Amino acid sequence: MKKNERNYLKEIDMYGKLWIWTAAVVVLMVPIIICLKYNAWPEATAVFKGLLGVAPIYWTVGVIEVITYTPMLGIGGTYLAFVTGNLTSLKAPSALNAMENAEVKPGSEEGEVISTIAIATSSIVTTIVIALGVCLLTVISPILDSPALKPAFDNILPALFGGLGVVYISKNWKLSVAPIIFMIALFTAVPSLASSVGVLVPVGVLIALGAGRIMYKKGWVK
Amino acid sequence: MNFNPNSNFMYIIAVGVIIFVLAQSAFFLIKAWRRGKELGIDKSKLKKTVISTAVFTLAPAASILIGVITLSKFLGIPLPWIRMSVIGALTYELPAATSTANALGISLSEMVKDPKVFTAIAWVMTLGILPSIILPPLLMKKIRGGMVKLQSKDARWSDIFMTAMFLGMISAFLGMVFADIRSGLAGLIPIFVLLVSAAVMGICGILIKKCNMKWLETYAMAISMVAAMVFAAVITPIIG
Repeated sequence: MKKNERNYLKEIDMYGKLWIWTAAVVVLMVPIIICLKYNAWPEATAVFKGLLGVAPIYWTVGVIEVITYTPMLGIGGTYLAFVTGNLTSLKAPSALNAMENAEVKPGSEEGEVISTIAIATSSIVTTIVIALGVCLLTVISPILDSPALKPAFDNILPALFGGLGVVYISKNWKLSVAPIIFMIALFTAVPSLASSVGVLVPVGVLIALGAGRIMYKKGWVK
Repeated sequence: MNFNPNSNFMYIIAVGVIIFVLAQSAFFLIKAWRRGKELGIDKSKLKKTVISTAVFTLAPAASILIGVITLSKFLGIPLPWIRMSVIGALTYELPAATSTANALGISLSEMVKDPKVFTAIAWVMTLGILPSIILPPLLMKKIRGGMVKLQSKDARWSDIFMTAMFLGMISAFLGMVFADIRSGLAGLIPIFVLLVSAAVMGICGILIKKCNMKWLETYAMAISMVAAMVFAAVITPIIG
């Protein structure tokens, strides 16, 4: 690793940590300020019971997402994407699409730069769209909420991953076979898993890595 | 004290959080852009990344806005606006609100007026997503260290490793599309939508390569996604 590269990555890591810890404080301050302003601290048992319904799943997903997406998104991209959210449905595909278009390798410094630019752009555009939407809610709400458009938004993930899939699979079809067959078989056999697709991303990753390692050792992929 | 989830005070908090998110995004954008130029990445390539991502983000952003609208029916606008702009996703926020409401024995069919119920929901939403914000700085060194070691040990395997990771992610979402396959023709709609998106992307690829329409590269992803979403809106009333 070149000295300049190391310096940049070190600097981004330092600033990233600074921003993400500040974000943690900002996020925690929201309920604290509301409680203070309205003098309405909730019962601890109510929060605990509410948390019991979601935390076991979402804390697990949180750990899995950090381990899975950090190598893909790079340092800057990770610190930003985990603050701005909508990781699987927007930030990771944005980064992947941008790196593919710019013909840079994920994991390289060029990949780090392009991934960060994509995630930052995506975060800014999303924030602006939501802000505009909130300002124009009375006009926009009936349109976005209309039954005619519901199927379009219900199918946003297949619409997104169809295009992304064809680009990536056509270039690496040998590596795609094992995880795709496994996932299709799994979801067909257990349809209820669709609601916890986030947990299955690392399963797909492990299968792709296992199959990739075997093919690499046998010289089938280069 | 009277409580209104849509009060000016709540909007002020929301605007503060939104400014923070924009500032962080702008900071990283500028840093990465400058480094890109230092690395000799063509300015037009950096510009293309921004334009392509911005266009591609519009449809998913509209879908996130629907999430704000859904939650605003019982939580007002500011809190869902904050939650969907920082870390959040509707797939988490809605179950978090519902779980808390169930624990308190109340219904979310109308606007929450009790400040204690509102703050309980706000706390559950916040604490539930906290690992996503706390873990990256704690685990970054270890994960990056592993990646660097892998790269220096076997660069070719390292490339395959990254590609396999992305394909693993894509395969999970492609497989998910087949979840409703047993519920008749309507269950096949997501598969048709996926195929339309893939076909449109394929056509874009041919136009880019064979007809030298390089400009299309920037918009291909957005075009395939929107075309497939339009297809979904047309086909669902017919076979749904």
